[in-house]
Amino acid sequence: MAARIWIFSVAVALFLSFSSGHDLQIVNAERRIDLSSHIVKAFLTLKVENIGKDPAADMLLAFTPTQIKHLSMVQAMAITGKKKKKTYLPLDVKPTEQPDAPNDTGYFLVSFATPLTPGETVTLEVLYILTHSLEPFPSEIAQSESQLVYYRDSAVILSPYHIKQQTTFFKTPSARVESFTSVDPANRAGKEIKYGPYEDRAPYSYAPVIVHFENNSPFAVVEELVREIEISHWGSLQITENYRLTHGGARHKGVFSRVDYQSRRSISGSSSFNALLAVLPPKVNSVYYRDNIGNISTSHLRTGFKKSELEFEPRYPLFGGWRATFIIGYRVPLEDYLFEAPDGRRYLNFTFGCPLVETIVNKLTIKVVLPEGSKDPSAVLPFTVNQDLQVKYSYLDIVGRTVVVLQKDNVVPTHNVPFQVYYTFKPIYMLAEPFMLVSAFFFVFVASLAYVHIDLNIVKK
Amino acid sequence: MAAKKASPDLLNSSFSFKSLKLKTKQQELLLRVSILGLVYVLAFIARLFSVLRYESMIHEFDPYFNYRTTLFLTEKGFYEFWNWFDSESWYPLGRIIGGTLYPGLMVTAALIYWTLRFLRFFVHIREVCVLTAPFFASNTTLVAYFFGKEIWDTGAGLVAAALIAICPGYISRSVAGSYDNEAVAIFALLLTFYLFVKAVKTGSLSWALGSAFGYFYMVSAWGGYVFIINLVPLYVLVLLITGRYSMRLYVAYNCMYILGMLLAMQIRFVGFQHVQSGEHMAAMGVFLLMQVFYFLDWVKHQLNDTKLFQTFLRITVTSAILVGGIALGVGTASGYISPWTGRFYSLLDPTYAKDHIPIIASVSEHQPTAWSSFMFDYHILLFLFPAGLYFCFKRLSDATIFIVMYGLTSLYFAGVMVRLILVATPAVCLISAIAVSATVKNLTSLLRTKQKVPQTGSTKGVGSSKSSSKVTLDQSQPFHKNGAIALLVGVFYLLSRYAIHCTWVTSEAYSSPSIVLAARGAHGNRIIFDDYREAYYWLRQNTPTDAKVMSWWDYGYQITAMGNRTVIVDNNTWNNTHIATVGRAMSSYEDEAYDIMRSLDVNYVLVVFGGVTGYSSDDINKFLWMVRIGGGVYPVIKEPDYLVNGEFRVDKGASPKMLNCLMYKLCYYRFGELVTEYGKPTGYDRARGVEIGNKDIKLEHLEEAYTTSNWIVRVYRVKPPTNML
Repeated sequence: MAARIWIFSVAVALFLSFSSGHDLQIVNAERRIDLSSHIVKAFLTLKVENIGKDPAADMLLAFTPTQIKHLSMVQAMAITGKKKKKTYLPLDVKPTEQPDAPNDTGYFLVSFATPLTPGETVTLEVLYILTHSLEPFPSEIAQSESQLVYYRDSAVILSPYHIKQQTTFFKTPSARVESFTSVDPANRAGKEIKYGPYEDRAPYSYAPVIVHFENNSPFAVVEELVREIEISHWGSLQITENYRLTHGGARHKGVFSRVDYQSRRSISGSSSFNALLAVLPPKVNSVYYRDNIGNISTSHLRTGFKKSELEFEPRYPLFGGWRATFIIGYRVPLEDYLFEAPDGRRYLNFTFGCPLVETIVNKLTIKVVLPEGSKDPSAVLPFTVNQDLQVKYSYLDIVGRTVVVLQKDNVVPTHNVPFQVYYTFKPIYMLAEPFMLVSAFFFVFVASLAYVHIDLNIVKK
Repeated sequence: MAAKKASPDLLNSSFSFKSLKLKTKQQELLLRVSILGLVYVLAFIARLFSVLRYESMIHEFDPYFNYRTTLFLTEKGFYEFWNWFDSESWYPLGRIIGGTLYPGLMVTAALIYWTLRFLRFFVHIREVCVLTAPFFASNTTLVAYFFGKEIWDTGAGLVAAALIAICPGYISRSVAGSYDNEAVAIFALLLTFYLFVKAVKTGSLSWALGSAFGYFYMVSAWGGYVFIINLVPLYVLVLLITGRYSMRLYVAYNCMYILGMLLAMQIRFVGFQHVQSGEHMAAMGVFLLMQVFYFLDWVKHQLNDTKLFQTFLRITVTSAILVGGIALGVGTASGYISPWTGRFYSLLDPTYAKDHIPIIASVSEHQPTAWSSFMFDYHILLFLFPAGLYFCFKRLSDATIFIVMYGLTSLYFAGVMVRLILVATPAVCLISAIAVSATVKNLTSLLRTKQKVPQTGSTKGVGSSKSSSKVTLDQSQPFHKNGAIALLVGVFYLLSRYAIHCTWVTSEAYSSPSIVLAARGAHGNRIIFDDYREAYYWLRQNTPTDAKVMSWWDYGYQITAMGNRTVIVDNNTWNNTHIATVGRAMSSYEDEAYDIMRSLDVNYVLVVFGGVTGYSSDDINKFLWMVRIGGGVYPVIKEPDYLVNGEFRVDKGASPKMLNCLMYKLCYYRFGELVTEYGKPTGYDRARGVEIGNKDIKLEHLEEAYTTSNWIVRVYRVKPPTNML
């Protein structure tokens, strides 16, 4: 099987070398894949050399179709300087299509800061994050069993370029590794499995490996998160977050025994989790934690200058496949998040992503509810999201509030970066609601005045 | 609480507001309106303890059904609600919700909700439901004021409003979150009575019409309307007998009865019962009697001959009674008039339920009332009530006769059933208010006339002090004055004790949602047991959506509302056999129970168990009722099998049937491995204070699916039958 893939990839590589834009080769590559949580983080260090005649402005990163489906984020940085004085320069990475991609390979295009002249080398650091890439095996476990998962990857880096030398490290959460595919030279030491070094691998080389290991870290997956950020110009930002959380690991099978769970916690239910941590902004106030049927009393808030931490527990511990839905709401002072742009527009500067640590969000929707009367909303984000506009009615609204809806799939904590929503707003609209209240009271008094003075009797007394 | 100084302030108004240039009448109005306003607010905020202590949530059992139906009504609209067939309860029978409930409460809450939304207040329906009861309690204080004003005077009205605002007997069923029929029904009840008394007093058709609509609202809200439709005819009968028949009464009763009946028949749950069932026959009989009376009156007017009339009277009355009696007899015999229901019987004969309908007797709020709970719920009103009756009899009128009758009958019912204390509360408050108001008024006028006469000698009468005590004032004795002061101080002391008592009772006893349990920890900290919601939410999230849950009927409404799962039986105890089947399953051995559960398609079984926390109202303590109700239908279940020498035990001395029945097994499964209290053996049941008798429980057909963190709710999965192949 493996041999066939080898032949196939070599054939594809030969074919591709004609269509490839630049003549680059990777002199040295090191890949470290962190498997300690359910979010798979891969760090690539590539030393790229231009062996062609023309300067190269960019290079390609290749991923298998499965990886593309689960890829949450790709970042690249160029390293300049020697060991002590390293400087990192973020590079622009965007998905791209290649006309003759073999086996539906997906690509990302990394643009160099300055085009690589012939013979020049550059060192790149690439980080990519994969979600839902650990497959529980066995897929159903009982309460006392611990969770074993498969991770499938290649021992060599998939790349459209020739790689002279490469090594891959897998870091597992514990020393318990059931098995791993051996591709010589490969060995394991404690929590680390090392593949390589491999010399001179042709473009599109691929050597599938499976690592079967224990992973009891909480597989907290938020199937859907809707965050509503409501701006009130009266001084606060109200954030309401609707979570649909599930345990994405091996499904729980059979009995849940409370005796075992509470008395033998270390061995019973080791793959389950019952505590979650949300990192909220500093100066957060009026925090609540509830669900459809009422308040949940197991939460604890620590406020600090840099961040606040909300430690909370769902109503029940989550075993594989169990779900919990809940709502977290809080309020933050407006002055820290709403600013006036030089052109007179206002903008909200808030953090994207999910406040829960180490969780995957399958579908994230952020709704920024602008005050009534706001116009021309536009959102600025460092990555692409689906944008939409809606109208929401809240207290004392007549025309409704404009809602900027930002929607993104497959979100990981690395996406917790600031984003901005710009809009224009006339301060006079702020007086609309107080005016309505005042006039309502006024009319009540006028009506009662009129009622007292009007005689509605048909017969004169 | 300051509002209770209502009547003295009223009288002192000419002093305290002298600086303001207002006429006495205006001052009085201002004072009255502001006191009423304060009482209105007080009645509302006194009921918010539960929200502050816990959270804005629906309490107890029945309110969860009401909440669920209100949610349905607001989401799907009225017609869908009216035609709702609920397949989530009483599996596999289902329940026709629209035809088996009193929609008044839900429609009221939905209307409030829609109004608020129309006014651009985007509140959640839950908040509306939670605050419906306090809102209507506030409205009740207004009605109490007008009622008091009608039967006595404005002072009595104000005192009545203040008393009813904080009376524990009423607060017990109207705290925020207690979203039950009684929440609006007491308002409707008092409103109907007030409008009827007003109609009788004025003989006006419009007031009678108003009372008919009040009655309609009451019928739509609560089954307790039967009390109105029996008390009003009884009152009319008493007026007829005491020779107080008048054209006003004729107009008021006929209009109210006919229109009220037609309107009441529009409620599907009542329908033709209103003309066919035994409970409503008294009203019809009195209605016919009224016509006979009117006819006789007319004949008397026409004849102008006393002797002839006497003969005629004898003949008519005899034949009327004869015809009525025959009609009733034939109707009952042919089944056209249905006999009295068990609930009605148990009101007239308190021992009836115990012998014949265990399902009614099993509910704690249907027990006969203990003296202590009267004291708890009425406090000083218990002593003021007879005094008020005395004043009422001293100044007998149509209105006071009504309140006396209302007070006496409802107090009797309150003695029969704990929950009916609620119905008696308005009457007790009104009559006590008369006592307070009359006493205070007499005493203050005694004080003030004495001060005034020598000083100013002015002829300016104090607006409202035209009381009978004026005559006795002429002999001015210093002793009287001191006595009056002492008595006044005594009254205020009593009233302030009442206020303190009410606040204490409300905050301590009546503001617990009973879903969330709170206890004091070893260090004085508050511990919350939120196990019910934990289990219900677990069911909601982690079981198949079509799963059927079997539990004792107490938890049915909560499981459907919070767990969103189908239940076998619930708190609407309409099918005794079905409940008995569940009772039988719970009290059988596991394999017998398994057959019953298979036949009912049960997927999960839920039991409530207090052995770890010491929570005493759990299923083991309710178990004998399951046996009794089950045994009432299935004679295989015999109560003595579960008792040892007539004693209910769970320890080693318990009967073998008890130790191996399904309920015992489910409650104590693996409990024997647990140390609940330091220094006690394993398997020590803290609710009953014994070490359990069967520690080695093996389950064959069920498996533990979930147990909450404090073990209060335990859920078991019913295993599918093993494959024979």
